[in-house]
Amino acid sequence: MYVSSPPEMPEARHGAMTARAVLASAAGPAGRAGRIETLRSDGPLVLRKCNPKGPEPLTHRRPDAARVALAAGTAGPLGGDDYALDVHVGAGSTLVLQEVSMMLVLPGPTGARSRMSITVNVEDDATFVWWPEPIIAAHRCNHRHDMRIALAPTARMILREEMVLGRHGEAPGDFISRLRVTRAGRALYDQQLAFGPSAPGWKGAAVLGGGAAAGSIIAVDPGWTDGAPEPDPYHQNAALTPLAGPGVAIGAVAPDSLDLRRLLLRGLNTLGPPWAI
Amino acid sequence: MRDRGTGGQAALLLLADGRLPAGGYAHSGGLEAAVAAGRVTDIAGLQDFLIGRAETSGLIAAAFAAAACSRARRGELSDMAELETELDARIPSLELRRVSRNLGRQLRRAMDSIHPHPHFAALGTAPHQPLVMGVAAAALGLGPRDAALAILHENNSGAAAAAAKLMRVDPFHVHAILARMAARLDRLADMASAAPDGPSADLAAPGSPLADIAAEHHGGADVRLFAS
Repeated sequence: MYVSSPPEMPEARHGAMTARAVLASAAGPAGRAGRIETLRSDGPLVLRKCNPKGPEPLTHRRPDAARVALAAGTAGPLGGDDYALDVHVGAGSTLVLQEVSMMLVLPGPTGARSRMSITVNVEDDATFVWWPEPIIAAHRCNHRHDMRIALAPTARMILREEMVLGRHGEAPGDFISRLRVTRAGRALYDQQLAFGPSAPGWKGAAVLGGGAAAGSIIAVDPGWTDGAPEPDPYHQNAALTPLAGPGVAIGAVAPDSLDLRRLLLRGLNTLGPPWAI
Repeated sequence: MRDRGTGGQAALLLLADGRLPAGGYAHSGGLEAAVAAGRVTDIAGLQDFLIGRAETSGLIAAAFAAAACSRARRGELSDMAELETELDARIPSLELRRVSRNLGRQLRRAMDSIHPHPHFAALGTAPHQPLVMGVAAAALGLGPRDAALAILHENNSGAAAAAAKLMRVDPFHVHAILARMAARLDRLADMASAAPDGPSADLAAPGSPLADIAAEHHGGADVRLFAS
């Protein structure tokens, strides 16, 4: 059974890498870009201030966004590695976190599980944009991905997650991803996706069918308290649905990562400004 | 833990019986939508569909039924609102949240008449089906594992029964799938009831993306045999 509290950092195993990176933003002077207060890279988790690398939701005409990119200092994570990223988005600030490249999750020498935990706190009137690249679950990998996001009542957030089942023409290893978003301490979105040889049932038509890529975009806006956007099943393999709170989930299952990206962006753009890109 | 409470097996059979007049017959558990989308076309696809569903939304429903049953047995009905919120968070599809609450409302109405208990009134106006199942199990003297097993069985056999109306399949072959899944449902009921008193945030959350997507399409379909 799943345990919702953040995992303890296990003792480092021989050859495995343990890393904990920390990122924090604070509001800047009115009309100016926010400050990055903490930017602590650790080994394979390299954090860099950056400029927009492409279209971003929510950030059009926003002069106050602080941008950071996460880059991989080494290959991996590999089996046995344990990565953690803590993000704090200070009151009133806007933080855009991107990734430089896809994350390829590979098996390690021992078959041990790799793990990546991302913990995010978004304070009141702050905006968090997490716009990473896809995670590719390579053959024989064994990985657990955990994202826990705690939003203050007036915080805004948009994130995407894209998971690719193996490199081209290969069957994926074992992969579990859980994304839990709470708002004012109450659960708003909590979904786990598991696939790979040890995960039962994922090939069935209720879960991923024959899809080789799956993903979602989650957006939370306190302005939607009086009603989130209406459901929109805009494609046979994708739908936008309002959550039981001021948020929406856009979910898609696709034959490959390009198709997945296209489906998710189409869903995002049905939201209109300021979310569309 | 096989906690059978003070009740017995007959009460469990009553609760899990598809003939319980609680509206379950009107639902295909997403099978109609999956067939309409061309994702389930034969008996092998049906089995994969049922297994995937049991392992995801089935496990979630079972875990929440077990948690609700455990709380009802202790008389802690004040936790139910938090369970509602946690379950809402695990069902991204608005249509599936509606279906779960409709089935919950109907199950409560049926059980409150069949076997009245003050706990039924303590649930909100449209409680989720797994929570009602948990409270009903407790009212019948059953334990958390019974509640988990009852909802796993009811949801699984309901979807399987719909197959005969939606696909060209031999009903014996459909029931053979249910027989092959028996040990799986037992295992899922064990998992779902392993820690029924733990924090509700820790309850299982396996998603079923295609079921969510298909449900939104089905909700807007003009012609359909089943409500879900």
